[in-house]
Amino acid sequence: MRSKECIAMLLAGGKGNRLGALTNKLAKPAVFFGGKYRIIDFTLSNCTNSGIDTVGVLTQYQPLALNSYIGAGKPWDLEREDGGVTLLPPYVKQNGGNWYSGTADSIFQNIDFIEQYNPKYVLVISGDHIYKMNYELMLNYHIQKNADVTVASIRVDWKEANRFGIIHTNNEEKIISFSEKPKNPSSNLASMGIYIFNWNVLKQNLISDANDNNSTHDFGKDIIPKMLGNEYVLYAYSFESYWKDVGTVNSLWETHMDLLKENSRLNLNDKKWKVYSRNLNQPPHYISSKATVRNSLVNEGCTVFGEVENSILSYGVYVEEGSKIRDSVIMPNVKIGKYADINRSIVGEGAVIHDHSVVGDQKEITLIGHREIVS
Amino acid sequence: MKNVMGIINLVNEIDQLEELTYNRCIASTPFGGRYRFIDFILSSFVNSGIHKVCMFTHTKYRSLMDHLGSGKEWDLDRKQHGLRVLPPLFEEPKEIRGDLHYFYGHRDYFFRSNEEYVILTKSHMICNIDFDPILKFHKDHKAQITLLYKDIKDEQFSLARPIKVSSDQTVTSMLDHQINATNDQISMEMFLMKKDLFLDLVETSIASGWKDFIEDAVIKNLDILNVYGYKFTGHLGIMNTVQSYYKNSMDLLNMSLYQTLFQQSYSIYTKTKDEAPATYKSNALVSNSLVTNGCIIEGTVENSILFRGVEVGKGARLKNCIIMPNSVIQQNVILENVILDKHVIVNMDKEIIGDPKTPYIAEKLKVI
Repeated sequence: MRSKECIAMLLAGGKGNRLGALTNKLAKPAVFFGGKYRIIDFTLSNCTNSGIDTVGVLTQYQPLALNSYIGAGKPWDLEREDGGVTLLPPYVKQNGGNWYSGTADSIFQNIDFIEQYNPKYVLVISGDHIYKMNYELMLNYHIQKNADVTVASIRVDWKEANRFGIIHTNNEEKIISFSEKPKNPSSNLASMGIYIFNWNVLKQNLISDANDNNSTHDFGKDIIPKMLGNEYVLYAYSFESYWKDVGTVNSLWETHMDLLKENSRLNLNDKKWKVYSRNLNQPPHYISSKATVRNSLVNEGCTVFGEVENSILSYGVYVEEGSKIRDSVIMPNVKIGKYADINRSIVGEGAVIHDHSVVGDQKEITLIGHREIVS
Repeated sequence: MKNVMGIINLVNEIDQLEELTYNRCIASTPFGGRYRFIDFILSSFVNSGIHKVCMFTHTKYRSLMDHLGSGKEWDLDRKQHGLRVLPPLFEEPKEIRGDLHYFYGHRDYFFRSNEEYVILTKSHMICNIDFDPILKFHKDHKAQITLLYKDIKDEQFSLARPIKVSSDQTVTSMLDHQINATNDQISMEMFLMKKDLFLDLVETSIASGWKDFIEDAVIKNLDILNVYGYKFTGHLGIMNTVQSYYKNSMDLLNMSLYQTLFQQSYSIYTKTKDEAPATYKSNALVSNSLVTNGCIIEGTVENSILFRGVEVGKGARLKNCIIMPNSVIQQNVILENVILDKHVIVNMDKEIIGDPKTPYIAEKLKVI
């Protein structure tokens, strides 16, 4: 097999505790997004659109939906004879097996997978971010800077900076310090959890980290700080477009509302950078003469008799007469009865909202779980 | 139905769709917001468990090939069985040849296949049909040929072949195509028979100097063949004239019909385009319409069907329109009773009002 210049390792094993009922039976990357997608579609499409044709997907928590969704990778053009997408769950070796104990450990346990392709560079990405990014530009930057590691970074809101890995760079964007989730951040340049490593460097560091009993085997907590301490060359690659970590119910809702803004920074209609997803063969959606739909995204397979404003309807949603949906995200196959009122809510897949129900208020975002029945 | 093979015959298919088929064959005419005619028969085969389908192409079939690709979307990209395209074998037809020559030219393909039965169809009969009960009917009646027909009540505006089915369900007469056929019983041009009989009819008809399978091989042998009629009770659209195309499209806005065609347990498959969900802007006003992904709507849309990637600008007003993929309707345009083919651009402030029965048609890539 020909060796690959760069392959991607996609971390998709996260549990996503903060998404509550949405991730009871679903890994976070498999959560529905934007009326049509699952969160992982964005990263997989980025790979394809950036010319990366070999992607290892590391799964662990509730992989059933994710596995069948990704399948052989055809929707993302990643069903290839040479490379393509490979699902990598934890497995049993000769002397026993272990769950992936951290992000770095999951890649350590799959060194053999990576070695098959003999790559020069390994891109590490995670399956729970919403963004469109050309990794090829980042790789060019990495090569040009002659770096051992390049960390993609973005300016975040100072209030949120303590949720991220915070980076300090010198004038040439070389990283001089890195602190994971600091209590009092001294910079708002955050790591996006996207790394390009020279494979030989990463391999050495994964092996030495695996032998370190005090390590939590995490890229942000262990690998990056240790490499900084060991005089490796780390650069920050600054990314200026839209990027959101949809780790909480609030951020998931906000990211959806961002899509509806007049000049949304996340353009889903860009023909040059399509976001691919698995096709479900739904008929066109029907908007009845009694319905009004304004400032919303509606997927195929929906039937709308009510009022929809500032909301996102996924496929197969049925909204009966007199119901009002405002500022909400409705996931696939939700049935909404007559004269129901839904406000500032996320309604999970297959939920049923009976006639005259009231869901949501003006304060917090209300979450209705998958297949929940509200009457 | 492992024992049945589907044959879609596009040779000499009746086509009065005018501008809509200048650059494509009737089988690849866009319909219903995101489909093409061919999707309905292909999906019906697949949903009935028929996974071996061959298609006799005739003319203008490039767009059809683009649409079908490897057949993956219909689950017909298979090692065993799958979709086979059987193109014309002749360099340049000097005379108009009938379909019998096409069948005869590809007879090796049939010799090689193991299926006992064939179902011969065309592409312009739009329906969602389960062939399982028809095979059972065929066997129960010990028929040599089973012909599907439909009882027609309303005016059809299309060309169809009236037939007569007697009380014992045998077909006693088949006439020529007629516009607005008033006869109650209309042939769906779908025939189930044993493969051996099909090949035998092809060979003997060619030997007699005949050209057309239905006109010659079936109709001229109606007395000696044991032909039964199977009454189809689902929804049928016969789509070979502009009027019938327009009427059948608009009928989709009737919810119960939409549901029988699309929301049965069996869906209609088509090629994927990876478009984002439709975007409704704050001044969009849409009523009684079908809308597909990739559309961006800022204007008013009433009683219309928008295919994928259609843009409707601010202040534009659409009524009783069919707008095919990627057409752009700019600000303040008014369209009524209009069909726009793919990639048509209607510039600002234009107004086009078509006739309610014969709509105005703009062909592909036109700029108005």
